[in-house]
Amino acid sequence: METATDIVLLALLAATALGMVMVRNLFAVVMLAGIYSLLSAGLFTVMDAVDVAFTEAAVGAGISTVLFLGALALAGSREKKRARAGRMQLVPLAVVLVTGAALIYGTMDLPPFGDADNPVHHHVADHYLEETYHEIGVPNVVTAVLASYRGYDTMGETTVVFAAAVGVLLLLAGRARRRTDAAAPRPATEPE
Amino acid sequence: MREELILRVGAKVLAPFIVAFALYVHFHGDYSPGGGFQAGVILAAAFVLLTLVYGVEAVQRVLPPRFVQACAALGVLLYGGTGVATMLLGGNYLGYGVLAHDPEHGQHYGILLVEAGVLITVFGVMATIFYLFAGRRGAAKEDDS
Repeated sequence: METATDIVLLALLAATALGMVMVRNLFAVVMLAGIYSLLSAGLFTVMDAVDVAFTEAAVGAGISTVLFLGALALAGSREKKRARAGRMQLVPLAVVLVTGAALIYGTMDLPPFGDADNPVHHHVADHYLEETYHEIGVPNVVTAVLASYRGYDTMGETTVVFAAAVGVLLLLAGRARRRTDAAAPRPATEPE
Repeated sequence: MREELILRVGAKVLAPFIVAFALYVHFHGDYSPGGGFQAGVILAAAFVLLTLVYGVEAVQRVLPPRFVQACAALGVLLYGGTGVATMLLGGNYLGYGVLAHDPEHGQHYGILLVEAGVLITVFGVMATIFYLFAGRRGAAKEDDS
């Protein structure tokens, strides 16, 4: 049953990704990106990573879709016609094929998917799973790892999120103000 | 969307529930999926919904851009401040055990505090970025006319 769900979700994921490449209307692309995130959230739920699924659904399917729509409102929702449309673009094709082949080659050395004996499950995970309830007293191990065992990492992440806002503020807010300053005297100077 | 009665009423009815759900996700993060990050995004989503239906100006009267920008910084400060507090109490940086007599309770308080920091920052950041995009829409339209 779980395998069937995985296959259906992954097939839908691939179909959505292909759709995003084919469709020329950017509004549809944004909607497909939201669907893609929601499908990923479903996939994470199947893998029992509900916290990740929650984040993916809230951020990927929710807020980013809205932000993309905001960007579309500024940039227009039609993709520009490419200058060399119709011609086979061999260099990009080669790059994609080589990258894809390298990634698939890389998966050969990966430990089997979902195996309980994988190294990732035996470094610190055992300690977290067995001791969280005694050391932290929190039933949700994910929260305990995020906020307590890995508190430094989460603080770094929070700072990164803050830095992102500072970056967007510097890029967009400054320009918007200058624009309105420049726009204010314009009606007087322009004859129209 | 100024004239869409159903959307206006629907958004108004939904918004407080979304805010309550965000707080639930935060405070129940110890027991169920979720935590500060998701709660911050959901809290911001409530105001995004109101902005989409009522317009930027109406929402910014309730939630000024300066306030959400301050939130973005305040959350990081709360997170780092929790670490400083645990150090002042004689523990390690972000070692929550010293926050209460019982180390387990200390862990609870510490997790709630830093997750609150994450919530406030994420909410402030999401709202700030959204305001910047939504606010520029008006500027772009003025340019066109």
